[in-house]
Amino acid sequence: MPIILATDLFVYLLVAAGAYFVVKTRGAGQAADVLRELRKRRLTMAALTVLAIYAGVALMDSVRWRDALDSDVAAGNNGRIYSPEALSLLDRALGGLRLAQEKTYSSPLASRLFTKENALLASGEVRREYAPLKYPGIHLLGTDKVGSDVLYMAVKGVRTAIIIGAGATIIIIPFAIFFGVIAGYFGGVIDDVIQYVYTTLASIPGVLLIVAFMLLFGNRGYQGGSVAPDDVVLGVFVPNDRLMWLCLILGITSWTDLCRLIRGETLKLRELEYVQAARALGAGKLRIIYAHVVPNLMHLVVITFVLQFSSLVLAEAVLSYIGIGVGPQTGSWGNMINTARLELSRAPVVWWNLAGAFAGMFFLVLPANVFADAVRDALDPRLRNR
Amino acid sequence: MKESQTPVVEVIGLKTYFRSSSGVARAVDGVSFGIRKGSTFALVGESGCGKSVTALSIIGLIDRHSGWIEGGKVRLGNEELTSLDESTMRQVRGMRVSMIFQEPMTSLNPVICVGEQVAEGIRLHQKASKQDARVITVAMLSRVGFDEPERIYRAYPHTLSGGQRQRVMIAMAVACKPELLIADEPTTALDVTIQEGIVRLIKEMQSETSMAVLLITHNMALVYKNADEVGVMYAGKIVEAGSVKTLFSKPLHPYTIKLLRSMPVAGQRTHALDAIRGSVPDAASYPSGCRFSGRCPREMAGCAQKEPELVLRGQEHGHPVACHLYDAPFMASRSARLVASAEGVPAPLDKTHNERPVLLEVRNLKTWYPIRRGLFKRVVGHVKAVDGISLSIRKGMTLALVGESGCGKSTAGKSIIRLITPDAGEVLYMGKDLCAMKEGELRPLRRRMQMIFQDPYSSLDPRRTIMNTVGEGLEILYPEMSRRSRIAKTASVLERVGLGYDALNRYPHEFSGGQRQRIGIARALAVEPEFIVCDEAVSALDVSVQAQILNLLKSIQLDMGIAMLFITHDLGVVEYMADEVAVMYDGKIVEHGNVEEIFARPRHEYTKKLLAAVPRIDSALIESLKLPVVPAAWP
Repeated sequence: MPIILATDLFVYLLVAAGAYFVVKTRGAGQAADVLRELRKRRLTMAALTVLAIYAGVALMDSVRWRDALDSDVAAGNNGRIYSPEALSLLDRALGGLRLAQEKTYSSPLASRLFTKENALLASGEVRREYAPLKYPGIHLLGTDKVGSDVLYMAVKGVRTAIIIGAGATIIIIPFAIFFGVIAGYFGGVIDDVIQYVYTTLASIPGVLLIVAFMLLFGNRGYQGGSVAPDDVVLGVFVPNDRLMWLCLILGITSWTDLCRLIRGETLKLRELEYVQAARALGAGKLRIIYAHVVPNLMHLVVITFVLQFSSLVLAEAVLSYIGIGVGPQTGSWGNMINTARLELSRAPVVWWNLAGAFAGMFFLVLPANVFADAVRDALDPRLRNR
Repeated sequence: MKESQTPVVEVIGLKTYFRSSSGVARAVDGVSFGIRKGSTFALVGESGCGKSVTALSIIGLIDRHSGWIEGGKVRLGNEELTSLDESTMRQVRGMRVSMIFQEPMTSLNPVICVGEQVAEGIRLHQKASKQDARVITVAMLSRVGFDEPERIYRAYPHTLSGGQRQRVMIAMAVACKPELLIADEPTTALDVTIQEGIVRLIKEMQSETSMAVLLITHNMALVYKNADEVGVMYAGKIVEAGSVKTLFSKPLHPYTIKLLRSMPVAGQRTHALDAIRGSVPDAASYPSGCRFSGRCPREMAGCAQKEPELVLRGQEHGHPVACHLYDAPFMASRSARLVASAEGVPAPLDKTHNERPVLLEVRNLKTWYPIRRGLFKRVVGHVKAVDGISLSIRKGMTLALVGESGCGKSTAGKSIIRLITPDAGEVLYMGKDLCAMKEGELRPLRRRMQMIFQDPYSSLDPRRTIMNTVGEGLEILYPEMSRRSRIAKTASVLERVGLGYDALNRYPHEFSGGQRQRIGIARALAVEPEFIVCDEAVSALDVSVQAQILNLLKSIQLDMGIAMLFITHDLGVVEYMADEVAVMYDGKIVEHGNVEEIFARPRHEYTKKLLAAVPRIDSALIESLKLPVVPAAWP
């Protein structure tokens, strides 16, 4: 029985966009030029590979279904009953790691637990010692307080991060481009109104707005973990997803910066002679905007996308820390960092939870930066053929 | 003024190279000259020839990350400047050598009052107290021609005009009585009417302090009137040097001759201008042999093999020149065979002056910009950019609209073709009033009226191919045209402006300034207009490229009978291009009439001032220049 979360749609959209680009590069249009340019640098291709792996993981973690329970109860219940747990493809693929539950902390690649506990020896004597692990050797990054595998948790964080980053930017970019271009190009009253809106929005402390919003909307519905029957619509779809609300509110609070930049750039572009030349050729306003203004804004969009992406992934960590981020049962780097806060004050230090989250973020944000720089250059004909 | 013969500053074999994406750019490649006390040496040439880099090398301001001095010496008195370290060089800069830059808008710090900025140099170099420096500064400001130096001292740069700012820059530069003043295009960014005053001021300062002046400019007329000696620079080298008198009356190098002959002057009206083919080669890939080969109208078989030296070729030639034409052994060898040159004598353009029907009539056109103030943006006044002008333009004729910057001539041009909506008045185009039309009604008329813009860099969308740029008008105004015929039409228009078919799929940044301007012209021509507004269309170009573009515009006008409104501040261009001229001042047209008449007998005060202010070279002198004759070819 498949289950589709609202946030899964973001991932599908992202993958579809990627696939669309790949299909477009088959032809001879601009996409092919861009790809050819990207191919020239090995670093770019390496970054692209890493990003593709992340996207693959996120996609695998977004295809999920519930298993049928074949119990006697089910048989008597005129049909089948499904498990409340909707395991994703990724969960199933990494089943070994997921189910390899230890008792508590163990350091990376250890064979015994990190803390001593009482053990009853054969002689009847009780001794405090480091108990051996149930699954020694498979915890590459150790286990956390409740004995879950850290590597598995870090991998589960990928989907959350990509959804937060991509989901919020999918909201930010159209908003920012639309309002920024309109404000900059038309000016006058339209400009005043749009500026008023975003200045007001930007003057409300972001965190407070997010808290209020999440308390209003985020506390109902799917919180991560098992799916409650009430949340499911049409048998497969879960529309009310806490993570989705988080994306939404992060998007709503962060489009103002890009909008301001775009408005300023549009003001500049509008006066340039090539725009005037287009007007002299009888080009309408819409044509000028889509043919001459927006393409020349793309560098701003790409740069802001990456900067926002990184800061959104980090914002998720901050929000989880104050308890309004993703639900505690959703694997996320924010949650990992939040728990690592106390672990770092222990002696000896438990560092691998933080390291896991750090590595996950590092290998997403760095390639994303490298790749975005390359895309920006590839989109600019002036920088091609160098 | 007779001065000692030993030069104050001597540049010997200076080479300054830069790292660039296409290799090592030899921007300055072995330049030598000396400037005597109290005299002015001018470096002239097209942009990209290394004039400014020479100046920056002398004063030690070459960006150390990308460029370096490869060789040569700069001797100032007994000091060798290129080997000084940065802290010693700082003592020299401002004190013994100072510089005036082109752009007075950006060379002053906008948040410090100008007096402080002038005083800063005085305090640093003369170890003067704050009080003394102030006194000296005020004295300096009054010497550069300010009536109220105390007020100017406290003024911020944005409250001063361009000319005033340049005066402040001069005060700053000469405050410490430098031995050498470098003026890098000091008047290029200024209005024509005040250029002369700035140059005269530099001359006055020079006669007071008897400093040496290095004047860098592309304005030949300015050099002719104000310099003592000239070095003509081409592709990183000086190709001809001599006193102004001999060089202008008897130029030797084909480059110098062509450069002078490509200046638009009245006497050339009936010919195409004698433009130089092509453009300055990239500093990273000079041609082997003579660097002017490929563009030279007197190129000989050996020119591309052997590089000529800059030497004095005997007394008969008068001054040093780097050209094989004056090298007797070379001319006696088989290398002296003239390479067949595509370029002949410029064809005379015949132009009939009969009465033609009026195409466009402007009546009492007004474009006012509101000035809004306060919380509710109340209109408190208007900038009367165009304040009631009336003009008429005849079919196939050229009307020039001249005036200084800020007089509203660009606004007028844009108002006429409705890029700006005028506030009052009529623009009658074949009887129809454009001002009363809505945007939609105007669209069919866009086929008839086009515009060519000033800046070849911002007038083309960097992200669209030439095909898309030039074809855009066809796409919009001739939507019924098929894609195939649109491409064919675009290619033929590009051909007409002198660009090949292969330009179609390239992007604007791959072209030089002159080529980009051709693309801009092609864009306007593609929709087959009857009327074109050229808004300073050649002002941003070098004189040689300017000549190419003017020739193109003139021949297009003859072929297609296009009427032009030529907006410019360059009177030479007006004399050459226009049939009629309208002089604009402060939003109004003060004088309107036939070109010959207005230039010969200006009536309005402003026109007289304008004509008097602009340095011009005698038209007869330019016309008398002839390229040297290459002796009969070898068998």
